[in-house]
Amino acid sequence: MTTVAFALIVAIGSFAAGLLGALTGLGGGIVVVPMLTLVFHVDLRYAIGASLISVIATSSGAAAAYVREGFTNVRVGIVLEVATVVGALVGALLAQFISTSKLSMLFGIVLLFAAWRSLQPREEHALLTTPDKWSARFRLDSTYPTAKGEQAYSVQRVPAGFALMFIAGILSALLGIGSGIIKVLAMDQLMRLPYKVSTTTSNFMIGVTAAAGAGVLLHRGQIDPTVAFPVMLGVLSGAVLGARMLGRAHTKHLRQVFTAVVVVAAFEMLYKGATGAV
Amino acid sequence: MKEPTTGWSDHDVEQLIGRLLQIGVAAAAVVTVVGGVLLLAQHGSSRPDYSVFRGEPAYLTSPGAILRGAVAMRSEAIVQLGLVLLIGTPVARVAFTLLAFVFQRDRTYVIITAIVLALLLYGLVFGHV
Repeated sequence: MTTVAFALIVAIGSFAAGLLGALTGLGGGIVVVPMLTLVFHVDLRYAIGASLISVIATSSGAAAAYVREGFTNVRVGIVLEVATVVGALVGALLAQFISTSKLSMLFGIVLLFAAWRSLQPREEHALLTTPDKWSARFRLDSTYPTAKGEQAYSVQRVPAGFALMFIAGILSALLGIGSGIIKVLAMDQLMRLPYKVSTTTSNFMIGVTAAAGAGVLLHRGQIDPTVAFPVMLGVLSGAVLGARMLGRAHTKHLRQVFTAVVVVAAFEMLYKGATGAV
Repeated sequence: MKEPTTGWSDHDVEQLIGRLLQIGVAAAAVVTVVGGVLLLAQHGSSRPDYSVFRGEPAYLTSPGAILRGAVAMRSEAIVQLGLVLLIGTPVARVAFTLLAFVFQRDRTYVIITAIVLALLLYGLVFGHV
């Protein structure tokens, strides 16, 4: 395949990944690596580099809007970024000692976890206003806009959330993903932030987490311009369009289809890893 | 964020962070498109093989070398400059947040943000872990 044909097809595939990722809320980053390795036979290390770049683009673009709307809890994001950035550097360190076969299998497991999480019914939990020692120390309690006006909430279990964010950081640099599902899990379930605050604050942190890993991968020669540029531009334009369509599109069936794609990709990644074909 | 002690309210900071992220992503996308078009014009008919990892040459792996290559109008380096601008966007956001906390005289958050910024810059400039 010539470079022009490769760039064009990869850009179209990445556009679809960005569009579906934005519409379903799973993010496009999670299918970029399987697409590049399974469909285009790109080496896993180049694929992870290109994917991490695309993650920075989509999260920064989306975060710009959310921060201005006042959903993002900037203080929570900044405190937890210490954990995700340290995690990302540890992940980049570990990547040197883990074979691509093992990485492929780990990717498969993470994809299965993402599919399982996406099928869970989302329940809005009651907001707590009980004070927490760590939350008070870092002044994390805040308010967010709702239909009934500004709603106050308090933040719980900061150390547990911090620990889970460290793991999210490791996986981000190791696999070239945003780890948004784990970040939302930490803030929504453990720290009891409102769901909308959890997703927007996750988005806010993803760019910084991915940038920490991408800086190291750049020096390691894993970011190839010809692979990364169609991926970055494709995913970004797909995500921008997806965000615009979000209010109008029926996403339930799309979500099921996308989840099925994720499951198929998971088993392919597991199989290729187990047979040493990666 | 609450109770600013000086001029910058948290709302102002949020608006500026949003604007900074938009500008960063847009600038990165423009540079990457320009570099990408040049790259395809120059090397479009080559048949590269990405199935084996070889690693990038030195002029595409550090921000300084990439900048020199881009100034010399090497298309791969121009694409890479766009990607470095993209990596730099969240880093710039952290630097800006640090500045805002300094203005707000918020010592705890100045320290926390400075730690994050130092780690990010370390990764981007040195790249050894």
